[in-house]
Amino acid sequence: MVAYFTEIYTGLMSLFIGMGITFKEFFKPTVTVAYPYETLTMSSRYRGHIELVEDEEGNPQCVVCGLCEKACPSDCITLAGEKPEGGKKKVLTKYMLDFTKCSLCGSCVESCSFGAIDFSKEYNLASTKKEDFYFDLLKRLEERKK
Amino acid sequence: MNSPILLQPDETFILNVGPQHPATHGVLRVKMEMNGEYIVNAETVIGYIHRMHEKMGELKTYPQFLMNLSRMDYLGALGYSHGHVLLVEKASGIVVPERAEYIRAIMVELNRVASHLFWFGAFVMDLGGFSPLMYALQDREHILDMLESVTGSRLTYCYFRFGGLCNDVDDNFIKAARQFIPRMRKSMKKYHKLVTGNIIFRKRLEGIAPLSKEMCRKYGASSAVARGSGINFDVRKNEPYSVYPEFDFDVPVYHECDSLARYMVRMDEIEQSLRIVEQGLDKLPGGPIMPDKKPKLIKPPVGDYYQAVETARGSFGIRLVSDGGKNPYRLKLRSPTYSNMHLFDEACQGMMIMDALAFMGSLDLVIPEIDR
Repeated sequence: MVAYFTEIYTGLMSLFIGMGITFKEFFKPTVTVAYPYETLTMSSRYRGHIELVEDEEGNPQCVVCGLCEKACPSDCITLAGEKPEGGKKKVLTKYMLDFTKCSLCGSCVESCSFGAIDFSKEYNLASTKKEDFYFDLLKRLEERKK
Repeated sequence: MNSPILLQPDETFILNVGPQHPATHGVLRVKMEMNGEYIVNAETVIGYIHRMHEKMGELKTYPQFLMNLSRMDYLGALGYSHGHVLLVEKASGIVVPERAEYIRAIMVELNRVASHLFWFGAFVMDLGGFSPLMYALQDREHILDMLESVTGSRLTYCYFRFGGLCNDVDDNFIKAARQFIPRMRKSMKKYHKLVTGNIIFRKRLEGIAPLSKEMCRKYGASSAVARGSGINFDVRKNEPYSVYPEFDFDVPVYHECDSLARYMVRMDEIEQSLRIVEQGLDKLPGGPIMPDKKPKLIKPPVGDYYQAVETARGSFGIRLVSDGGKNPYRLKLRSPTYSNMHLFDEACQGMMIMDALAFMGSLDLVIPEIDR
């Protein structure tokens, strides 16, 4: 009998304690941000899709070795290059990234020993068209130059 | 007029739960044969999110498979990566620098806390309480921020490499982690007051869904499911790997065998993980994070290798059969939730449906990890 009433008492108390905690939390400062209007800064190591890195003259640093293409687990990267007449080094002519398949593992950036690709900080990439995720990185680089 | 459907006293009906149902937390389907509100038989149907991870393991080279492991279990991803890198390092004889091993242990334990926090929130939400989920997510966000600042991603990490890590931790991370530990301990007190002491919560879990030791052994259950039933088994203690022998921590074991015991084990595990993180930060040695000598192409010698690790969901085993090539001949992933879930069919016979759903929550199922 005593146990019965003690349980009712402790049970009720536990509910009040819980209410007290939620009540206290109610007056704590808000931790969320109203996203499209406010944004947080991304951490410096945030991995967005890859982007070509340019040298001082604005040309891509890529030497078309194709290591990133081989390192990619999902075959996202297609690149091509050709030797210009009289030139010694290959010049990048095409760098396509199929972002629909990319899982942002970073193998390509790690495999590059020339520092020619890097992560971007872009995360607002929603689209209704699949074609929007086939990135021509060379074109993007030229647009950045302008 | 339609005549009302009348069930005979011993007549049963089939209730289909899932594959799209909030209580199953993923695409798990349970076919329940019901007698009124009581379950006569239950059959779990899996395979709705099967992604052929094992086959991918055979087709991809070793480094290319690194990122797949974190896609298996999206809540405690680092533990799975840890198992994979340890296995390949063992097979190909790569020596890992001490600093890298310490950082790995710290990261895995932080990830375990994050995973348990999410489970805690979702479990209480299953039982009808919403605010603990919000508080748990708030604490979890701190961990995800810390992990993001080091690994570059919030959930599906690709951080461990064969031989070490891809990034070193910085002072900001160490400072944040040191600040996080006391804050989390304070939160744990809050959770115990808010949830563990709550009479409704206790009444719904105490004595519900008892799992005997024998049943846990029969199905190969691990983690909190086994430890809540009095089986003192933790891979970190029983088959030590990495730097875990250096840490002083306890394995929480409860003998009540009910849903509350499983809950208590996980809550205590959070505290133990915090202890490991604290010790790891104290002992963190300097030095490189990648070995000086590392084979350029990972090609483990012909052989059969196995490595088990304790992830947030239990004992995760990974077996590699190598034919000496650059791809594995066979890569078997032993998923802990797969074993834990199969208890459900037998254990929930004769249980009321609300209790069965609370029981399912206490198993901490992550469906993509079962189906892999």
